[in-house]
Amino acid sequence: MMVTGVTKRISAIKFAHLSPDEIRKMSATKIITADTYDDDGFPIDMGLMDPHLGVIEPGLRCKTCGKKVDECPGHFGHIDLAMPVIHVGYVKEIKRLLQSTCRSCGRLLLTGEQAEEYRKQRDKMEEFGADSTDTGNVAKETARDAAARTTCPHCSTVQLKITLDKPTTFREEGHKLTPKEVRERLERIPDTDMISLGMDPTVSRPEWMVLTALPVPPVTVRPSITLDSGDRSEDDVTHKLVDVLRINQRLRENRDAGAPQLIVEDLWELLQYHVTTYFDNQTSGIPPARHRSGRPLKTLVQRLKGKEGRFRSNLSGKRVNFSARTVISPDPMLSINEVGVPVEAARELTVPIHVTERNLDKAKEMCKRGPIPPGPDYQPGVNYVIRSDGRRIKVTDKNAETVSETIEPGYVVERHLMDGDIVLFNRQPSLHRMSIMAHEVRVMPYKTFRFNLCVCPPYNADFDGDEMNLHVLQSEEARAEAKVLMRVQEHILSPRMGAPVIGAIHDHITGSFLLTFKDSKFTREETLKIIEKIGEVKLPKPKVVGGVDYWTGKQLFGLILPQGLHMTFKASICQKCQTCLKEKCEHDGFVVIRHGRLITGTIDEKALGAFKGKIVDKLARDYGPDIARHFIDRATKLAIGAIMIRGFTTGIDDEDIPDQAKREIDDAMTQARMKVEEHVQAYRRGELEQMPGRSLEETLEVEIMKVLGKARDTAGQIAGRHLGLENSAVIMARSGARGSMLNLSQMAGAIGQQAVRGERLSRGYWNRTLPHFQKGDLGSEARGFVRNCYKSGLTPTEYFFHSMGGREGLVDTAVRTSRSGYMQRRLINALEDLKVMPDGSVRNTAGTIIQFTYGEDGIDPMRSVGGDPVDVDDIILTVLGDQGELIAKVQEKGALSYGIQDRDLMETPTDEGGETEQEEPEFESGGAGEEQ
Amino acid sequence: MPEELNVLEHELVPEHHLLSEKDSEKVLKDLKLTKDQLPKIRLGDPAVRVLDAIAGPVEEGMIVKIVRKSLTSGVSVCYRLVIRG
Ligand SMILES: [Mg+2]
Ligand SMILES: [Zn+2]
Ligand SMILES: [Zn+2]
Ligand SMILES: [Zn+2]
Repeated sequence: MMVTGVTKRISAIKFAHLSPDEIRKMSATKIITADTYDDDGFPIDMGLMDPHLGVIEPGLRCKTCGKKVDECPGHFGHIDLAMPVIHVGYVKEIKRLLQSTCRSCGRLLLTGEQAEEYRKQRDKMEEFGADSTDTGNVAKETARDAAARTTCPHCSTVQLKITLDKPTTFREEGHKLTPKEVRERLERIPDTDMISLGMDPTVSRPEWMVLTALPVPPVTVRPSITLDSGDRSEDDVTHKLVDVLRINQRLRENRDAGAPQLIVEDLWELLQYHVTTYFDNQTSGIPPARHRSGRPLKTLVQRLKGKEGRFRSNLSGKRVNFSARTVISPDPMLSINEVGVPVEAARELTVPIHVTERNLDKAKEMCKRGPIPPGPDYQPGVNYVIRSDGRRIKVTDKNAETVSETIEPGYVVERHLMDGDIVLFNRQPSLHRMSIMAHEVRVMPYKTFRFNLCVCPPYNADFDGDEMNLHVLQSEEARAEAKVLMRVQEHILSPRMGAPVIGAIHDHITGSFLLTFKDSKFTREETLKIIEKIGEVKLPKPKVVGGVDYWTGKQLFGLILPQGLHMTFKASICQKCQTCLKEKCEHDGFVVIRHGRLITGTIDEKALGAFKGKIVDKLARDYGPDIARHFIDRATKLAIGAIMIRGFTTGIDDEDIPDQAKREIDDAMTQARMKVEEHVQAYRRGELEQMPGRSLEETLEVEIMKVLGKARDTAGQIAGRHLGLENSAVIMARSGARGSMLNLSQMAGAIGQQAVRGERLSRGYWNRTLPHFQKGDLGSEARGFVRNCYKSGLTPTEYFFHSMGGREGLVDTAVRTSRSGYMQRRLINALEDLKVMPDGSVRNTAGTIIQFTYGEDGIDPMRSVGGDPVDVDDIILTVLGDQGELIAKVQEKGALSYGIQDRDLMETPTDEGGETEQEEPEFESGGAGEEQ
Repeated sequence: MPEELNVLEHELVPEHHLLSEKDSEKVLKDLKLTKDQLPKIRLGDPAVRVLDAIAGPVEEGMIVKIVRKSLTSGVSVCYRLVIRG
């Protein structure tokens, strides 16, 4: 074994039952009275608040261990039950045992051989390393087999049918079994048979599942609260134990006094009820016990179960200090590495400064400022000073001066956050490592956290009310580690696909488009406005037009590119012309960068965008995170500058089209409707030609879908003729900033066929979708075709059909997210402790091999190029430069020479050109009250 | 009775090779591994049963070399320790 440094290792965990003897043995005191405090307010001995059970009041000492509050862990007591009661948690097991064992001799209802057979099966499974679920299943099988028998193979007693009356009453052929009888039967089951039934008799006996003694949890587990009025308020568990004690007392008295059987039985049942609800107050079949106010009591199971339970809320989820949470908002002037922190938060969050001779004066000065330093400019103050002996001193305005004087090396000064501090920033759901990144603090006025918009994609954040968390690191090691590993700039490239996750979105893309598209020009004044934020740069020679100096947007963009950068790629606005004119592209869609200068092409989503930005990708990969960060920061500012110079807005009139076009669309729609009608008539007459592999009905549907699909495209094309690049909405769609041309054609042209499960709408009423259509109407209107566009508005029926289609999308997303969330959690649970070792293998904590080489090729996907180890085209470009024909020749040959064998066996990787967006209904732009 | 299917001939089943004792030792030495750190394959695995028939008796503790086509690296090799079952 390769394991080193492990001092202790858990080999197994065994669960067993507490025996009544054990309960009494671990008990600090027996509890006999339901009263808690006497008239003077002192706890009553042998009551539920007995001081032997631990201390909750400061200053007092525990009567069992003699320790004070927080030192004494608390001690269990116990209640001796007058009559045994069933433990609700074990009714299933008890039922199984009663059914599978003899009612008179108590033995398993199987012959010796049969039992032996099952035991062997179990042993064999255990040998092969089966876990308790597998062996448990064998035990269940054994029990089922035994329960099927009607006479005992050992004593020939005829067995009666045992049923369970939920929650805790057992009946034998309708006759009620008392818990006492149940317990007696369980006692009779021999140890050997218990092994067959899946219980280890050395640690648990079945009769212990019927309680004769009840452990009373320490008072520390159920502390009483003193209200402002001076009254004591007891914990729910204490209330429940009081109930148990009261009934227990009455039951004992009545039984000892020889009361009528009926009364005793009633009380016994009441005791059973109280003990049952003490464990689980949501047991089905019985009313929950309530507080005097009518609120159901929170008993043991309720404390543990569910989201607010001990496990999920206290053990898996912990609350931490030095953290803050508030609403987020954007700030393009911040670097992607920064986060804006409100002054109020910065004054509350602190960093410990370990005082030495070298920083003594600084520490004193900071402390002197106190918790709220004066002055218009933000200066870090100090909230607490921790002396060498560990005492915390709160710094106030009054004592700041004096405390400051006492500071000496060895002290720790908790100073406020200040610019440049490293903090962790997080947005839930934390699904990938980019959900928590390290930022540098910038203390700012106002009350929100702010960050650069380019960091929205990794956090999946927007600003419709999203909140984020911030954590202040408390040690030098943590800060160093965070700075090296977690800084935003280290996460520009995503390990998911080997492409950037940090990049321009929305207005940034629009801005850079406006800056660089074709021959956009800027006057000296405009130019200076745009570039003033990007730091010192040397302005290139202006173009002189009519005696006035102009700078082109391409020149300005070149300012932020590294000197030696060479790139060639197609922009988002590339129209994918049949033969690409390359540099002479009339749409300016061919980006050429030489020597760090933008020669042709428009900078849009393909250049800067998150997920697609080629320039960001290349810089991060070839020039390193520092340069890439610097570029993104400055590109942000250029884009914002450009969009502010030109001004940019969009409104519903962006979808305006001339009346002539509207009429054309209307004609196209009418024609389509008639064509559908023709198809339907042909089908009715039986003249429709059947398509191979399809029924006649299916053929008709296909034909109709084809016609209607074409109709919508036509409408889109007609509308598109009037939607040129002077239109803001089109600029956004074409540059990849937001929206798609499909969205636009649905707004200006026609919405088109609505579908549920990929078919035209057909359900609702008998043979029709809505009652005002003829039965069996197959026409376009009756089956969910929307001929209107969003702008013209939908008819009532169209609106209804559109909602049907929309609902399917919503349901799908809801189902998908919940299911993929669960799948992700299970994957993470299975993979969380795997790591890549120095030799390149993937191993688990025990050192066993999971994968001989990570990913079989040993490639870190974050450093890959879209998953491939090297970017061949880029290397060719670097080596051959601008020799176009040579490149083409090499690429031709390349397919043969560096193609890896037998790729065709695998799925062909999707070609990156085919990113035509899928029709995806977006319901994002809802109103207020939207999810964040 | 139908002839038993040789799973190794199926195109979706990767190549399996039984390693000799000498080769096994070399592999473990080269990879700096102990046997217990290897992934496992059961004696009852259909591929192992075929190996047993064609490459001589396969016993617990032997190592099987598996060569499969890989989407990322072209060819990838891994080793599995034969265990009971
Ligand atoms: Mg939101
Ligand atoms: Zn104690
Ligand atoms: Zn019997
Ligand atoms: Zn083009």
